[in-house]
Amino acid sequence: MYRIVSKKVLNPTVIMMDIEAPLVAKRAEAGQFIIIRPMETSERIPLTVAGFDREKGTVKIIFQTVGATTLMLSQLNEGDCVSDFAGPLGKPCETEGKSDVLVVGGGVGCAIALPIAEKLKEEGASVRSVIGFRTKDLIILKDEFEAVSDTLDVMTDDGSFGEMGNVCVPFERMIKEGRAPGHVIAIGPLVMMKFVAKMAKENGIPCTVSMNPIMIDGTGMCGGCRITLVKDGKRVSAFACVDGPDFDGWEVDFDEAMMRSGAYSDFERHKYEEGCNLFKKETKNG
Amino acid sequence: MAETVKKKFNPSLNKTPMPEQDPAERAQNFSEVALGYTSDMAVLEAERCLDCKNMPCVSGCPVNISIPDFIREIKKGDFESAYKIIRESSSLPAICGRVCPQERQCESKCVRGIKGEAVAIGRLERFAADTHAEANAVVKQDAPTGERVAVVGSGPAGLAAAAELNSLGYRVTVYEALHTEGGVLTYGIPEFRLPKSVVRREVDGLRSLGVEFVTNVIIGKTLLVDDLFDMGYKAVFIGTGAGLPQFMSIPGESFKGVYSANEYLTRCNLMGAYRENSETPVMKGGSVAVVGGGNVAMDAARVAKRLGAESVRIVYRRSAEELPARREEVEHAIAEGIEFLYLTSPIEILGYENKENRRDPKNGCVTSMKCIKMKLGEPDERGRRRPIPEEGSEFTIPADTVIMAIGTTPNPLIKSTTEGLSVNERGGIVTDDSTMTTKAGVFAGGDAVSGAATVISAMGAGKRAAHAIDEYIRSNK
Repeated sequence: MYRIVSKKVLNPTVIMMDIEAPLVAKRAEAGQFIIIRPMETSERIPLTVAGFDREKGTVKIIFQTVGATTLMLSQLNEGDCVSDFAGPLGKPCETEGKSDVLVVGGGVGCAIALPIAEKLKEEGASVRSVIGFRTKDLIILKDEFEAVSDTLDVMTDDGSFGEMGNVCVPFERMIKEGRAPGHVIAIGPLVMMKFVAKMAKENGIPCTVSMNPIMIDGTGMCGGCRITLVKDGKRVSAFACVDGPDFDGWEVDFDEAMMRSGAYSDFERHKYEEGCNLFKKETKNG
Repeated sequence: MAETVKKKFNPSLNKTPMPEQDPAERAQNFSEVALGYTSDMAVLEAERCLDCKNMPCVSGCPVNISIPDFIREIKKGDFESAYKIIRESSSLPAICGRVCPQERQCESKCVRGIKGEAVAIGRLERFAADTHAEANAVVKQDAPTGERVAVVGSGPAGLAAAAELNSLGYRVTVYEALHTEGGVLTYGIPEFRLPKSVVRREVDGLRSLGVEFVTNVIIGKTLLVDDLFDMGYKAVFIGTGAGLPQFMSIPGESFKGVYSANEYLTRCNLMGAYRENSETPVMKGGSVAVVGGGNVAMDAARVAKRLGAESVRIVYRRSAEELPARREEVEHAIAEGIEFLYLTSPIEILGYENKENRRDPKNGCVTSMKCIKMKLGEPDERGRRRPIPEEGSEFTIPADTVIMAIGTTPNPLIKSTTEGLSVNERGGIVTDDSTMTTKAGVFAGGDAVSGAATVISAMGAGKRAAHAIDEYIRSNK
């Protein structure tokens, strides 16, 4: 059992937790992920590490309530325990040798992008950040990004905060104005990463993306997290859990990844609604 | 006057049948198919044993169980003694009695098999283990050495190594990456073939003897092998299995509904996706095609049937004679209505595409599988006849789910983070005859070394490694 030592609601659907897991905290690096199971009956889901405190032995996770498992997790409070917490899995984000980096975060993906931006800053890189959200109320970690970025652009789809538009707008502006970064790291919804990677490739800018597909074990055993990379015109399969989660954005077949990510969307929607109804009933009775 | 045991002999040419759930009924549930012998049945079957002096059956057993000796005890009705005899050689008899390919091991050597059927050694082993009340309570134990040994992986190799090391007096910690112990016994073999309660009983038995189990720790990630030595373990046994699934590299393997057998079985067995209220999803119903002919393919096909598939087809590139699966599993699969497409190999998986609506959720779902007929050519280096595609024989079968059960290779995770550990070209960890790897103090056995094999051979390797570790620790004192 792994104790939740702190919980903070970042926006209506995004929650941050610090979880006591000393062994994981000791070895975790930015870009790696953990597998969590809130209850003994829950699904195993991967969540990327959003931070860690080696001394306190805690690992930070930030997640959005999108399905039954994250909904269940969101109902736990400080002092409660999660049933299983294993990691750190996958390869750490490669920050070495990257001196001029644009970090792009979309939605809850900002939670994963932040520790990478922090690490880059620590290593002396010049860090520019662009973070994008649907609307003002969903903005998370803005101050934290500001603290580690030389420049920060905040984008909202509806223009309710910062600039209206998607994360590609400031990226394109940098390129047009001759301020193109030496490297782009993009983490967020697949469709966002697809277009950032496309723009990066068209302009010859190296691009790293972090993939978060459906997986079970996280150790290379199930193959459910396989994605396709296109290398020199050849299609190659890779497992996000052991070969990633970071991949060369120029190579990832995003359309296929988007198709695969919806494999259980009906099931998830059903389970989520079931969960919501249950909570509604409990609130009514209680 | 006491009747002498010797005089009793059962001349039947056939094995005493084991009660089974009715095929039509069991194809709808996940309860165990084979129900086990009653005491009377076990004694009757034991009486078929000739008690041969040269004991050919023992040579067919990878861990050399004293087979005639335990059968003699069953004849006498002393089932506990029978269990003790088995337990001297095998750490997990309730499991091996269920999943060993006896027809290729002990039973293949049985003299009764020359004319008629061999003695049902596997069934008798299972009987003795199931009848035994308190698992492991009888185990002989050496005086504690005070030394600690770490075992990586709680599958058959790890459990056997842990049991043996424990009985040699070592303090053993078993590290498991998943949240439940048992390795392939838990995530791979389905409930109806090996009830999880049987696995739990074996694990709990070891725990009660003092073996410590630590789940959710991935050696090579959470802790490195070198960390284990720093923590005071004097030796490490790696039994991480062959968990890396293979795909065919044919077009369409990324479509929704294409699974590795590992994923499909893990969803069902470990995560319980077969239960109505499961939080873990798995695709159910429709037409299912399972590619491969081994035990894993049979397991996946029979799970699919139980999950409500209208049709389940095993697609195998050789003929019935070459099926690598245990005979009983093939027979059970056929009885449950699984179809077999022999001499057939998939060449492409086709998926749904709605060109009008890119957002149609059915886009990318498997619809069918294109196959080609094969014929058998010359035997390959392993003596199995090589399948050759017959040009122009392509045909398509309907499929909503495709399960690839074409084998697994050793999991590279531990190798990639352990300096000094060598692997061969197939990914298997290199060991010497004693099971020691190229890294001092690190031993390995089971599928992690050999590539995918059987539960009993992994157990045998785990047991051998335990003795090699004992010797290593003693000589390094």
